[in-house]
Amino acid sequence: MRSEAYLLEMKDIVKTFPGVRALDHVSFRVRQGEIHCLVGENGAGKSTLMKVLSGVYPHGAYEGEIVYKGREAVFRGIADSEKAGIAVIYQELAQFPELTVCENLFIGHEIMKGNGARIDWPASLRRAEELLLRVRLRVDPSVKIKRLGVGKRQLIEIAKALSKNVGLLVLDEPTAALNDDDSANLLNLLRELKLQGVTCVLISHKLREVLSLADTVTILRDGAVVRSLDARAGKLAQRDIIRHMVGRAIDDIYPKRNKSVPGEVCLSLKGWTVYDPATEREILHQVSLSVRRGEIVGLAGLMGAGRTELALSLFGNTPAYKITSGELEVKGKTARFTHPKQAIRMGLAYVTEDRKRNGLVLIQDIRFNITLAALRDLVKGLAVDRQAELRAANEYKEAVGIRAPSVRQLVGNLSGGNQQKTSLSKWLFARPDILILDEPTRGIDVGAKFEIYQLMNRLVEQGMSILMISSELLEILGMSDRVYVMAEGRIVGETPACDATEQIVMAMATNAQEASA
Amino acid sequence: MNAQTAAPRGEARSRLDGLRAALRGNVREYAMYIALVVIFVVSGVATKGLFLSPRNLTDLIKQTGYVAVLAIGMTVVLIIRHIDLSVGYVAGFMGAMSAKLLTNGFPIYAVIPIVLAIGAAIGAYQGFLVSRVHVPAFVTTLAGMFIFRGLLSLVTAGTGTIIVRDEAFRALSNGFIPQIFEGSRHWLTFIIGLACAAVLAAVKIRARRNESRAGSSVSPALLFIFQMALFTSVILTAAWILSGYRGLPWTAAIVAAVLLSVNFVLTQTRFGRSVYAIGGNPEAAELSGIDVAKVTFIVFCGMSMFASLAGVLYTSRLSSATPTAGLGFEMDAIASSYIGGVAVSGGVGKVTNTLVGALVIMSLTNSMNLLGVDISYQYVVKGVIFIVAVAFDILSRRRA
Repeated sequence: MRSEAYLLEMKDIVKTFPGVRALDHVSFRVRQGEIHCLVGENGAGKSTLMKVLSGVYPHGAYEGEIVYKGREAVFRGIADSEKAGIAVIYQELAQFPELTVCENLFIGHEIMKGNGARIDWPASLRRAEELLLRVRLRVDPSVKIKRLGVGKRQLIEIAKALSKNVGLLVLDEPTAALNDDDSANLLNLLRELKLQGVTCVLISHKLREVLSLADTVTILRDGAVVRSLDARAGKLAQRDIIRHMVGRAIDDIYPKRNKSVPGEVCLSLKGWTVYDPATEREILHQVSLSVRRGEIVGLAGLMGAGRTELALSLFGNTPAYKITSGELEVKGKTARFTHPKQAIRMGLAYVTEDRKRNGLVLIQDIRFNITLAALRDLVKGLAVDRQAELRAANEYKEAVGIRAPSVRQLVGNLSGGNQQKTSLSKWLFARPDILILDEPTRGIDVGAKFEIYQLMNRLVEQGMSILMISSELLEILGMSDRVYVMAEGRIVGETPACDATEQIVMAMATNAQEASA
Repeated sequence: MNAQTAAPRGEARSRLDGLRAALRGNVREYAMYIALVVIFVVSGVATKGLFLSPRNLTDLIKQTGYVAVLAIGMTVVLIIRHIDLSVGYVAGFMGAMSAKLLTNGFPIYAVIPIVLAIGAAIGAYQGFLVSRVHVPAFVTTLAGMFIFRGLLSLVTAGTGTIIVRDEAFRALSNGFIPQIFEGSRHWLTFIIGLACAAVLAAVKIRARRNESRAGSSVSPALLFIFQMALFTSVILTAAWILSGYRGLPWTAAIVAAVLLSVNFVLTQTRFGRSVYAIGGNPEAAELSGIDVAKVTFIVFCGMSMFASLAGVLYTSRLSSATPTAGLGFEMDAIASSYIGGVAVSGGVGKVTNTLVGALVIMSLTNSMNLLGVDISYQYVVKGVIFIVAVAFDILSRRRA
């Protein structure tokens, strides 16, 4: 490593957000011409690091130094990093579906005719064909982007980067949305580009592809680099990487619960297969699971494994997925909900992953939000009984421990933890039998987390069933009775929480193909 | 918030800060009242008192009637983040329908329910497109503008302007509530004014007590008393002036009925909660079990029904249905709602404030008519007031 030339050196990068240190003195070095894989749990800081690199967080918004091609780089925005030859391709492609492949390739840096006033279409098309050839893609450059699948779009994005004479190509989970063929195709292309001298940073959750491709693997955890490992000798094994990705002890951040024998099955799902017309993909394949009375069932997996889609498809199916097959039973009765109101009536509740986007009405007060899902219970005659409503809101505010001067406080002014508690209260007020929690402690402080864990324990002791989706392995292991692991829209494993370790769960989540084969 | 930091510096100072905080919190609402007062004072002076004469104030109420009804419906539509551009021609078309039905011998007690029912059906058609087919409301109701403008021409095609002779129908906008006491003054009007003032004060005091019991900060007592004194004296003054002329117009009673019922639905019922929840965050509303499509559908039905009622009021005031009735009504209705404080981003708005917004727009119109201001300038002035109100609203929300 010593004498080799580094294309990129990021030194001692510190990036803080209000209340969190997302990157804690991270040093990251990429050699000229290598494929460097960046791995880590969700929230480990991979994407933040790449955003620092690309100028999304401009120079001055972080501490530390970036040296690119031997010179200190000061990027004030994405335009600066692009000019320097750094191209970042995100998972969510920034493309224009209604424009053609050719138009997409050159958007923002069109090829102009001599006088510079008009676009030179014939030259653009010729250049587009060259670029498509380089990424081994056989499509007509005048076809609209929306007609192509995700795999091909991904390649076009790479072609676009190549057209700008890219020096460093960063791919953020490029294969997450691809099928096996498209993935293999993409990985081959990356190998070819490497031979042509393109340096590449690849963020991936799929350790198998990481090992087949990487020269170096850097592992991030909790915003810090744990280790950079040389993968060229072929001695690196998946379990080594997993050990570094996790490897913390469960301290007593998870309150103890009197585990009683769980009761009858409350929620059962068999062969649940769901197709998403919007992305034209089957997003869930033959998912089967069950939750018993008085049980906390954890649903682990990495981002994009299909857990939120699973929750939404069974809770009233709001984004209009097509449930192609499968059977849902709630408290012994077959059900299929077409609107969340039906699910609520059957005793389900779903605390959403993103409380600001689809959990709370931020411009209304705590009282309004708490009673929203079960206002029916407060109606007397024609009108809502506002005194009773106020009492109920105050009662839940106390019970759940929402810290605010009064229930008339606007939810938008509360801290993340208190917002989350409000969101929880809303569903507890609806008195559900089955509570689905989607990332219940994301973005909230440790104290609020603990209170939410205690509350969850109280609820299951009272006979509620909880299905908890979480990307935090420790939370899954610390809170659940039983754990399902999902990857790529499938259940890839089930285990009692007491037998599971982080390594086991992470291996299941990252080894999807092997496990399901 | 300021009161806490100021506490050590003395009681008087903290009270002043509290007052300032309360004023700042509601700056938007006060601005609207101040604008109305300024319009009244300036118009009164400019017209040498003619604007404030009992006769003109009565006219102002009659003129405001149909706009207020439209604006109240529009407020609900805007709260759920939609818009209805078709209300003007729906009003024109349904006004002409009512005239046609009356001239064909239908009695008024049949005509009004029929017209309101057709209005609701029009709303059902537009609501279906918006809520189920997901055609944007802007497009759906723009198409509605074409359609109902055409239908209005069709209804009035043979006859041109349809004259309405039915006395009861004309009284809807031109009549007054009956006189029951002897004397030159219309005492019943004044008694109603007194009752309104008393009820308003009682409701406000009770609401304030409940609020403070709920633990939310209420405006300082002094400010509250001042507000109440102002409101009741305005109501009593208006009642006194009206009772000195011919009394309370039926229009005012109809608008009051519409206002109170919509206000009840919005503030007291589950449906009203759904409306505000959808306006605040439609995705969260849907996931909380609110049937967003159904609520949207009902709101559009109600809107077109109110448009029909507005058409009836307008036709009644002119005692005739003209082929151009309804032109630009939607502009006044939308402007009234926004001046009344509906947020452009949805989720926020009160129909009581919308009524004040409608009064702002119509007293401007009335006053400029008295002053003989050319209609071209009138549009410009109204447009400027409208955009200033909305820009001010956005700025004050951003700071809050």
